[in-house]
Amino acid sequence: MEPLERVTGIVAPFDRMNVDTDQIIPKQFLKRIERTGFGEFLFFDWRFNEDGTLNPDFELNQEHLEGANILLTSHNFGSGSSREHAPWALREYGFQAIIAPSFADIFYNNCFKNAILPVMLSEDIVKELFAKTDEKKGYQLTVDLDSQTITGEDGWSATFDIDPFKKRSLLEGLDDIAHSLQHESKIDEYEIKHAAHMKWATPNQVQ
Amino acid sequence: MSARTLFDKIWQSHVVFEEEGQPTLLYIDLHLVHEVTSPQAFEGLRLSDRMVRRPDLTFATQDHNVPTTDRSIPVEDPISAKQMEVLRQNCEEFGITLFGLSINADLQGIVHVIGPDLGLTKPGMTIVCGDSHTSTHGAFGSLAFGIGTSEVEHVLATQCLRQTRPKEFEIRIEGERGYGVSAKDIILNIIGHIGTAGATGTVVEYRGSAIEALTMEERMTVCNMSIEAGARAGMIAPDKTTFEYVKGRRYAPEGAEYESALSEWKELKTDPGAHFDKTVTLVADKIVPQVSWGTNPGMVTGITDKVPDPADIEDENNRKATVSALEYMGLKPGTPIQDIKLDRVFIGSCTNSRVRDLTEAAKVVKGKKVAPSVNAMVVPGSQIIKLQAEQLGLDKIFKEAGFEWRESGCSMCLGMNPDILMPGERCASTSNRNFEGRQGKGGRTHLVSPAMAAAAAIEGHFVDVRNLDLDKEI
Ligand code: SF4
Repeated sequence: MEPLERVTGIVAPFDRMNVDTDQIIPKQFLKRIERTGFGEFLFFDWRFNEDGTLNPDFELNQEHLEGANILLTSHNFGSGSSREHAPWALREYGFQAIIAPSFADIFYNNCFKNAILPVMLSEDIVKELFAKTDEKKGYQLTVDLDSQTITGEDGWSATFDIDPFKKRSLLEGLDDIAHSLQHESKIDEYEIKHAAHMKWATPNQVQ
Repeated sequence: MSARTLFDKIWQSHVVFEEEGQPTLLYIDLHLVHEVTSPQAFEGLRLSDRMVRRPDLTFATQDHNVPTTDRSIPVEDPISAKQMEVLRQNCEEFGITLFGLSINADLQGIVHVIGPDLGLTKPGMTIVCGDSHTSTHGAFGSLAFGIGTSEVEHVLATQCLRQTRPKEFEIRIEGERGYGVSAKDIILNIIGHIGTAGATGTVVEYRGSAIEALTMEERMTVCNMSIEAGARAGMIAPDKTTFEYVKGRRYAPEGAEYESALSEWKELKTDPGAHFDKTVTLVADKIVPQVSWGTNPGMVTGITDKVPDPADIEDENNRKATVSALEYMGLKPGTPIQDIKLDRVFIGSCTNSRVRDLTEAAKVVKGKKVAPSVNAMVVPGSQIIKLQAEQLGLDKIFKEAGFEWRESGCSMCLGMNPDILMPGERCASTSNRNFEGRQGKGGRTHLVSPAMAAAAAIEGHFVDVRNLDLDKEI
């Protein structure tokens, strides 16, 4: 995974609660066997009209949001299915950071595996940001992971919390599997102990 | 040792490696795989020249894409067919047992149905799958949760997962539930109460007398929808009901091994005085049959109630969400739930497609006819269940009433196969998600129990099953 240190760009305000992964990437697009090719189907049912043209009323289709790379949204973003196709679609569409007062767990975790920085801020601060994007179309922010700060083009700023391990894995673009395999001997040891202790957990070999 | 919860016990016995400031490396006893969330994980393994560490602890099924009509006809949708074929190839290449359309076809079924069916799911285990409803398996007193595709790859390669310890949430349901109230009503009521993010960041343990009284299948229904409240996992301590259920299943331990497992399983309960980060208690007697009216599973109310009026809602976010949900659902504020008319009825999904669910529905249906305006179908969760149901004669009851009786799979729970709602169609569904477009673009889903769905199919609108004779002999 490529490392992610800082994201600077236009903020796309998307003031909806409980946006679920079925909306982020509808199921008819989950049949691909690759990790790519999902961006064009992001928010498909909302973004496009029946006839395939862009729906002009959909928030993200406004001209001044073209090229936006920071998504600003509301509570419980990414709820529902575990599909990693959701972060794949968001990332490919261009979003590198998502700001919200809360996220669904699996989605939140999946972001870190895909070079997307999910930033949790208090509801009040998120409201403040919505107001700013309202006042100035195309409002820009810089999200800096190392210093855990967000700075607006107008000098406004806030800090955010993040789990230190998750932070490091984004900053370094860590290969999780390689990292875990450093402890392979521990896994070997555990398996021997565990096999003796929980023999019944291993399925019977049925012929 | 201080008092520990069920969760603590399972977590601690699966820690492979721990270091300050890092997530725990947790051992995984069972990894279930399906065709939609796995292809990129296997591809990742190949690209980095890695193997599947424990193919013997990994089991796969084809369920999301499979047609539920005649299995002798090749799958029509070429992209679905390809995804299923890729899973078959991956299983062959990496030595994984597959329960699929062409291999072990008599054991094929929805991933969260076949685990318990086959005795793969047992108490005290850690179980993962690239699917959020993995929480279902927690009904056996195991720690089971959904993961993303990158994590699927991680488990394939290491048989471990990196996890930060979640918080612990105790949900107690005390008392006795009333006549006609099902496990589905209990869990919908819980979600309505705590909200779709009410359990985010936590593992829920369901406790209390009303939970202990549930059958294994009912416990699965409850744990299945834990994710709909945002929980990482849901679990119920194993007891006699659990032990009896597991015994004798295909992959369950036998003889002396079963006895030794049993003595360990009996220890799997929360010690008195163990700490939970949060507790909610609900009273079972007050729960009535539930119907969802909106576009998430928290938007739910009782059968004798009305569709809410946004004008009565103070919280601005909530009001906005209600307005847009009602618009999508095509419902007027204040409409009595029993006046809502249906076009389709779907009985199936990993929430409610087991023999008991189908029996409850069949009791309502027996000797009656599906309303002429309704198209209704039953999709058993697995081939094993389909066979058992047919041995009980349930298929005949459904077919005589005008239901379609299908082959097993996810089907119209999410409509990745040809079973979908048309725009504007309204469906009473025993599945778990009523999100916009979940069952087909523009489709309108109302979540209910199997008996409620069956009764709605007969009458053409929602009815209160408490007024029906539900104790009929089948
Ligand atoms: S039945 Fe529905 S919820 Fe269950 S695994 Fe299949 S698609 Fe997911």
